[in-house]
Parts: sequence; C-alpha cells; structure tokens
Amino acid sequence: MSTLPSRAKAVIIGAGIVGNSMAYHLARLGWTDLVQIDKGPLPNPGGSTGHASNFIFPVDHSKEMALLTFDSVHQYQEMGVFTECGGIEVARTEARMQELQRRMQSAKSFGIDGCKMLTPAECIELVPYMDPDVIIGGFYTPSVGVVDSLRAGTIMREKAQEMGSLQTFANTEVTGMVVTDGKITAVETDKGTIEAEYVVIATGLWGPRLAKMAGANIPLTPAVHQMIDVGPVPRFADAKGDIEHPIVRDMDTNMYERQHGNGLEIGSYAHRPILHDPEELPSVEEAQLSPTEFPFTAEDFELQYEQALELMPEIVGDETVGQKYAINGLLSLTPDGLPLLGETPEVKNLWSVSAVWIKEGPGIGKAVSEWMVLGESVIDLQSSDIARFYDHQKTRKNIKDRTAEGFNKTYGIVHPNEQWASNRNVRLSPYYERQKALGAEFYETAGWERPFWYETNAGLVEKFGDAVMPRTAEWESRWWSPIINAEHLQMRETAGLVDLTAFVEFDIQGPGALDTVQRVCMRQMDVPIGRVVYTPVLSDNGGFKSDLTVMRLAHDRYRVVTGGAHGMADLKWFRDNLPEDGTAQITDLTSSLTTLGIWGPNARRILEAITRDDVSHEGFKFGTCKSIEIGSLNVLASRISYVGDLGWELYVPMEQGAQLWDALWEAGQEHGLIPVGIGVYGTTGRIEKGYRAFGTELETEFNVVEAGMAPPKVKEADFVGKASHLKHRSEDPVATLCSLTVDDHTSSTGEKRYMMGKEPILTLDKGPITDAHGRRSFVTSAGSAPSVGKHVLMSYLPPEYAVEGTKLIVEYLGDHYPVTVAVAGATPLFDPKNERILS
Amino acid sequence: MDVLVCIKRVPLSGGKFTITEDGLDIESAKLGFTISPHEEVAVEEAVRIAEKEGGSVTVLTLGPPDAEEQIREQMAIGADRGILIETDGQEWDPQGTASAIADAINADETDFDLIIMGNESADASGYQVGIRVAHKLGRPIATGVKGITIADGKATFERPVKTGRELYEMPLPAVVTVLDGLNIPRYPSVPGRIRAKKKPIERLNPERPQPKLEKTRLEVPAMKAKQAQVLGNGPDAAPAVVEIFKQIGVI
Repeated sequence: MSTLPSRAKAVIIGAGIVGNSMAYHLARLGWTDLVQIDKGPLPNPGGSTGHASNFIFPVDHSKEMALLTFDSVHQYQEMGVFTECGGIEVARTEARMQELQRRMQSAKSFGIDGCKMLTPAECIELVPYMDPDVIIGGFYTPSVGVVDSLRAGTIMREKAQEMGSLQTFANTEVTGMVVTDGKITAVETDKGTIEAEYVVIATGLWGPRLAKMAGANIPLTPAVHQMIDVGPVPRFADAKGDIEHPIVRDMDTNMYERQHGNGLEIGSYAHRPILHDPEELPSVEEAQLSPTEFPFTAEDFELQYEQALELMPEIVGDETVGQKYAINGLLSLTPDGLPLLGETPEVKNLWSVSAVWIKEGPGIGKAVSEWMVLGESVIDLQSSDIARFYDHQKTRKNIKDRTAEGFNKTYGIVHPNEQWASNRNVRLSPYYERQKALGAEFYETAGWERPFWYETNAGLVEKFGDAVMPRTAEWESRWWSPIINAEHLQMRETAGLVDLTAFVEFDIQGPGALDTVQRVCMRQMDVPIGRVVYTPVLSDNGGFKSDLTVMRLAHDRYRVVTGGAHGMADLKWFRDNLPEDGTAQITDLTSSLTTLGIWGPNARRILEAITRDDVSHEGFKFGTCKSIEIGSLNVLASRISYVGDLGWELYVPMEQGAQLWDALWEAGQEHGLIPVGIGVYGTTGRIEKGYRAFGTELETEFNVVEAGMAPPKVKEADFVGKASHLKHRSEDPVATLCSLTVDDHTSSTGEKRYMMGKEPILTLDKGPITDAHGRRSFVTSAGSAPSVGKHVLMSYLPPEYAVEGTKLIVEYLGDHYPVTVAVAGATPLFDPKNERILS
Repeated sequence: MDVLVCIKRVPLSGGKFTITEDGLDIESAKLGFTISPHEEVAVEEAVRIAEKEGGSVTVLTLGPPDAEEQIREQMAIGADRGILIETDGQEWDPQGTASAIADAINADETDFDLIIMGNESADASGYQVGIRVAHKLGRPIATGVKGITIADGKATFERPVKTGRELYEMPLPAVVTVLDGLNIPRYPSVPGRIRAKKKPIERLNPERPQPKLEKTRLEVPAMKAKQAQVLGNGPDAAPAVVEIFKQIGVI
C-alpha cells in the first residue's frame, strides 16, 4: 500500500455507503486528488452500512427523501446490485388503512408508479405465510427491492480509483482536524497529516466526534435498531437468492419481516428508544462484532416476538425455526429525523454527509457532490441542510429528547401538523404570559412557542357560523380548530394582533452592503432608504433558495427579515456571499428584536391612537418602513402584509415587546382588536391571497417564472441566478403555479373532507399530470380561504391545465374530488386588486 | 428423568477486553453475555433426554441478578425451570460455588437423576466445580464427556482420548461434565422464547463463604497481531486454498 499523501483536494472520511458515493460522484464531477480514509478495514469498515437490512421502500411523505431514494435505486440498478422484490405495508387498524391511502397519494405525487391498495386476500396471495385475520389491508409497492450496499460501495470506490482520482486508506484513524481562520486546512491521522482544501465527514454515527475536533457540530445520536434472523425456514429451503418474496412492513407494530436466503429477518422500531453516546462507541478492536453492532437485549424485543408470531405464525411459530442471529444495530438519528448535509456553518469547507440511510446513500452522494462542485444540486436539499439548526437544537438534550420521541414514529402515522411533545418552551416571546392568559394553543417553530389560535376567540366561531368551514373528520380536525378561520374573518372585519417573534432578522452593514444584497437578492436593492422589498433569493439555476424581505435602513445598512424555520440557512447563505475584503458585515439580531404584526381595516386607527407620527396612507406608503414613537418606545414600523390586509410589522427590542403589546392591546379594544394565531398568518390569510411559502411552493426545483413571481423588469446589477432567470423569462414556462378550489367536498361515505397538502392532482380520467421536466402536479399547500368560502389548493400545472376554469381531480385518502383552476398565476382570490392592503 | 444443568454467565468474547481500574474485573458495560459452548451442549442434551425419556430440565446458575438473562435463554431452548443463586457480582471460588450448588440441589424438591455441567467455565476455567459437586453429593462423575446414552436407569458416558474412546457406565443419579461437540445445540425458537418468559425462576441468596482462592489481579495477555497472508489472486490461488483446507482437515 502506498503512503498517505501529504496533500489532497478533498479528504473523504468514511468508507461506508455514503463515503464511497461521495468519492465516486466527486470524481465523476471532475475532482481529482481525492483521498478517502477509514479507521476500519475494507470492504466493511464496521459502521452502520455493514449491518443494514438493505431494503428500500421508495414511497415517502417527504418529496426530498422520495426523490433522493428514487435516484439511489436508479444508481443501485445501474451497478447491478439491486434486486426488485416488491413490498407490502400491511395495516392492522383503520387508522393505518387511512395512512396507507396517504402513502398512495405521496406515491402518485412524487412519481412512484404501480403502487396499489390490497385486500387481505391479495396480501396473502403475495405473501402466503401471513395470517389474513391479523390484517385488514395493505399497500403494495412493486419497486421495493434489496441492495448489496457493501458491494455498491466497493464498485463506486473502485470506479473513482480507476479514474485515477481517488486513493483509499483503510485502518487509518483521524486524530485531529486543523482549522485556520475559520477554514478547514488539514486532517491529522495516525498515519500522517493530509493538507486538504475540503474535508467531508461521511462517518455516520462517528460524525459528532469528528466534527467536534474541528469545532463544528453534527447533531445526531447513535440509536439502536433491533433485528433478529430466524431460520432455517422450511418454506424458503429452495430459495436461490437473497430475496424472492416481497418484504412486509407491519406498520402498526413498527416492524418489518423479510425473507433473507432461507431465513426470515425481523426488525423493529417499536422498542424503547435506546440511545448511545457518539463518544462512547467501542473501537474496532474492542467491538465483539463491529463497533455498531451491540449485544442484543432480548428483554426489549419481548412484545415483538409475539407480534411477529401473530402476523406470520407459519414461520415464526415453527418450533424448528430458531433465532440464529440477533443484534442491537446502531443507526444515526437526528432531532428532526432528516439527514445532515452540507457545509457546516461553523467551519468553511468542512462538509457533513451524515444520518443517511442505505435507501438514500448514492442519491445523497450525488446531490451533495453537485452542491460541492457546482454550487447546487439538482434535487433540492433544503430540508436536510445542516445549516438549518439553531444552537439550542444542537444541544445534547434536544438531540436526545427529539430522537427518543421520533424513533417510534419511524413507521408512525405522523400528522402533517403534529407537534413535538419533548423539549418545549425553549424560546419564549415577551408576550408568552399574555398569550397563555388568552388561551393560546402553542405550536413550535424553531424552538419558539407560537400561538396557533386563541381559545378566548372561541365565541367567534358561533358568530361566523358555517363561514368557519367546520370539519367533522377527525384527521383534518386534529391539530386544527375552527377558531383559526373565525380569527381570520374577524381580522378582516376589525384587526388582528400577530406575534412574529420567530422571525429571523440580521443586518448587513458597511460600504459593501449594497453590493452584497444586490448579489444575493433578485429584486432591486438600490432603493431609497426606508423602502421594504420582498424578494426571491435564487440559486444559480434560477430556482428558489429563499424568499425574504429586505429593509433599507441607511445608505450602508440593510435589514433582512426571514422565516424562523429556514432563517439559519439564509443567514449562512448571506455570510457565504459577504465580500472577502471585509467591507460588509452581518449582525444577527434574531434574539434582540421582537416583531408584532397588526393587520385589518382598523389597524391604522389603532396605531393612530398611540403614535403622533404620520401613519396615513400617504404619509406611510405601502412597502416602506420608518421609525415611529409609541409612548417611550422607538418602533421600526414596516408597512407590508402577508395576510392581505392593511397593516404593519412592528419591531422593537425584545425587552420592550411587552410594552408594545400592551399599548396596542389597550388602544385596540375599542377597535375590535383580537389576538390572531399563526393558523391565519401561515395558512388562511396567505392562501386566499395566493402568497407562496418557502419550502412548499418555493424551492430550487421551480423557478420564479413558474411561481408567477417574475417582476416586470430585471435589474441591471448582477445577482446569483440572473443568467438562468433571464433564460426562464425568454421561455414559455412548462408549469405554472395555480390556485385551485374544491368544487365538492363530499367523500364516498358522504362526509365533507378537506385536503391537507401533498395530494396528487389528476386529470378527469384520474391519470397523473406530469410537466415537460417530468415533475408531477400535486398540492403544494392546502387551506381554508374563509373570506372566499372555499378550500384552496396550490399546485404547479403544465400549460395545458394551467388555464382558469379547467376542471381536474384531487385524490384524497382514496376518494376523488372535483377541483377547478381558479387562478393561473399569482393573482389573489381574495381582493385581487389589493385594495385592502393599499387602503 | 429429571435433569439439572449448571451454567455460568460469562462475557461474550470477540473483542478486546479492558480491565477495570482495580484490576479485578473486566469492563463489562459494553459487553454482551453468554454461556460456554460446553454448557450450551449440556442444555441441549438435557432437553433431548427429557424429550425422549420424559421428565424435566432445570437450569441452575450462580451469578449476579442479571444472570436471569442466561437462564431465560436456556428456557427458550426447552428448560422448564430455573434456580438462580444470586451473588452481588463478586466471583466465588470453586469450593464456595460447589458448596452452594450442592446445598441448592439437596434443598430442592426434585431429586435430580442426572446433573450435567460444562467441563470447565469459559472464563475462570477452574475444572473443579463438577467434581466438587459430585463429591459433596456422593455421586459418581465422569468428566470430559462427548456422548451420553441413557438406558435401563443407567447412564453410559463416552469420553474421547488420544488413542480412541473410553466408555463409562454409571448408575443414576450421577454427575457428568461435558465438552462442546456432544451435540449440535438448537437455536431457540420464537414460541420457545415466549414460553420462557412465563417459566418460574427460584432465587436463592446464600452468604458468600470466605474464599480460599483469592483473585488478586487480572491481566490481558498480549494479543497476537492478526496476520493475513494473501494466497494468490483469482484461480491461481486455488491450489494454495486446497492445501490449507487439507491442513485444517476440512477436506
């Protein structure tokens, strides 16, 4: 073996499925001088890849994960290591049957074809060793398969080596990381030091340990997944291959069963969460099996034995079939269940590709390599971006609490609005106590407790009657209240006070500030002081990297305001784009400022009552901001709206927030001011105004023209994504974001049902709709539009359907509902001329 | 036939052992536990005898409360009941162990016809407990046995020796210590595991007698470095592989 080189373009740490995928794709994209190291031996260095069950179910409720898995399957197939066997997710309960119908929706929405719902008899036809009396149905995915992940890793590694781009060193342990001026510069190992421009941590559950050496943080925890293998199974005696029978996921027991040669593998995500510490993993030498295969704890599997026996009595109940092998295998879990991808926000050029499962490995290797080499990936990785976390989310407590809570949801029925129960009350706004007194129902965003609606507004439900669009079905009523719609209607009559403390605010200041914001933002930033500009932030390909608001506060100072959920990634993106000469700096003000929104026809009257400053329509124009005095408070007021009514966002220092609330509250009493929750701000208010949201409508896979957000003119100044944007403007869009209304909500059982988002939009003959880029049409956001009395769905549609009046179908929980394209483009359904906002 | 099998909870081997700071124990926080292969065949043999002759199988161990795990594992194979002589985790010397076991056997309601033990424990390897128990009970014993036949109320034990095999015929009740290779033990079935959960375990708590054999210090012997020899590549390697197979006697 040759000696460790002293320099490399990139050092890839880890030779599991992820490290090998990264090595191959970085080489394929043209990087040479790659060095891969692993402390274990090859081809199985002892990480989670080595004991993975290696099966892939492609359907996922996350589009990002579904696309990455789809791409991975394609890569595994090309390498010849994928065996298609089909898979059935079986239901023991009615609630699960409904969930399986939801999976059918996700399959259709994200382009996984051939799936179907099965009766118990049909399930038994495919898997005859199940007891039909235990199940009430199933969801069949024909493209489920099993891969040889170790072989795939070897193939990819060797391809990169054959290109002459990669040298791999096994049994080489990292002992330190060298960071110079915030940038990674070298990796120290027990075999020598390698200077490197980039370092990739692809070490699964050792990631936190390595990141720490560089002063970065990879927030994951090793967690146990229990798996046993029983056999020999008489029925499988003649099995010629590893897998010949469909894999069964017994969803209600959080378990799976798969034939493996002449044995049956039984795995579980149902046992108590067993979390380990990354710092306490045994070394390769100390490990009895491998460092990630811990001794089986049978007492945690007791219920699982019985449940497996129930479902598959013929095999599991056979006295001659014994438990041959059992492990507590370790896998990586994160606080929100998603991978940790991208450059660490703490250290430049140090990349994390962590918490990745076999099913996504090669797809993620490809996408992250594109991101490193080309600046962006084809598949949008926004929800996996490691920069998404706030400091509190990276603490040991948050990681342990949330992974423990999330573990048993692996096969769970997770409602789209489901809230975490653990580690709450982490960030409290200055109004928290006042809101509690008003009966706020708190939902969490990025740690902030935010009122979603207020129980003290319950009386309004009666006032507005059927206009609140009451729901009878349990699923849509869960994590919802008609009070949201009542608050909405009342706000449109009088005024509502909205807590927006979760906003992320940061200032860009210095002689280079204008150049920085011009470069990052699509809209013109060279505007008069006091202007507020809502702008897309584009990626190179002209897709959405973000959308946010920028206030020009001085000739050399801009304030960026963006959403709490994505704010940390936005902050990193602006930081990444600061001039290298230091002529502009960023100051994060998120924890310094609090924001209250006041909107509604009476908003001005309330403000006038407490300030002497001019807040008239002429004196305080829409799209501007200025300081006003309210008592002894100096308030930065910004006249914009995300709910479609006259009003302002009001910014004060965090410690003065309570005073601001009280002033508005008191003055608002005679003007019918009510507290309004995020249910209105995030859904009903915006959706009837056709306002798009980042992460649902806006993502890098769709561009500004398709989203209907192209400004009349493109600014002179250069900006990220400009070339692509110009190109998009010169072409006819292959899809247009539309607002659709549901024509009839009546289900096959006669109940009124309301879609929640991600449902497929179908043609009248119930076929899928695909645009010229192969993207399926599905509901990006859904919600009540109480002021227009409709339930509104947003969806990108190809030009032939993106025509107002077009009749289509939405599939929801197995039923089909007629819908009509109400608006093609961004024109609001409610107050299309924006007379309210501009009043 | 009522058979008693004695087992001992020992750490799974396979990884590098680390000694605790006081030098008296091995670090067990990350270790799995098992019983010796000699004991696995002992339980299997007992279960087969009970299946054939009728009767019961009892598993006895002297160890920490966690040794219940090993008893349950053997119940999943087919043992009917367990006796756990609980210790506080300290090692008992062979004399103390044998006394406690003999006392438990004498106190038990069942008159065991046959007591099977592993030839030696997997950790301490004292080779003494079986013989001491037989002596205390005043019963005959055969050691190092790899074949057991029960017929007409008598037991025949077979012991391999260099020049052939020795056969011992004994009246019952008797004691026998056995070696790996006696049989091929079965894997526990899932129904077996479910049944095991409900089987009774009796716990005894005798005083630890003053040990006559004291453990003063443990040391990890220097491990031989793993050596890999490349025998060749592709078909060229075949003759060398065949040669190795011949050397180790698999062909």
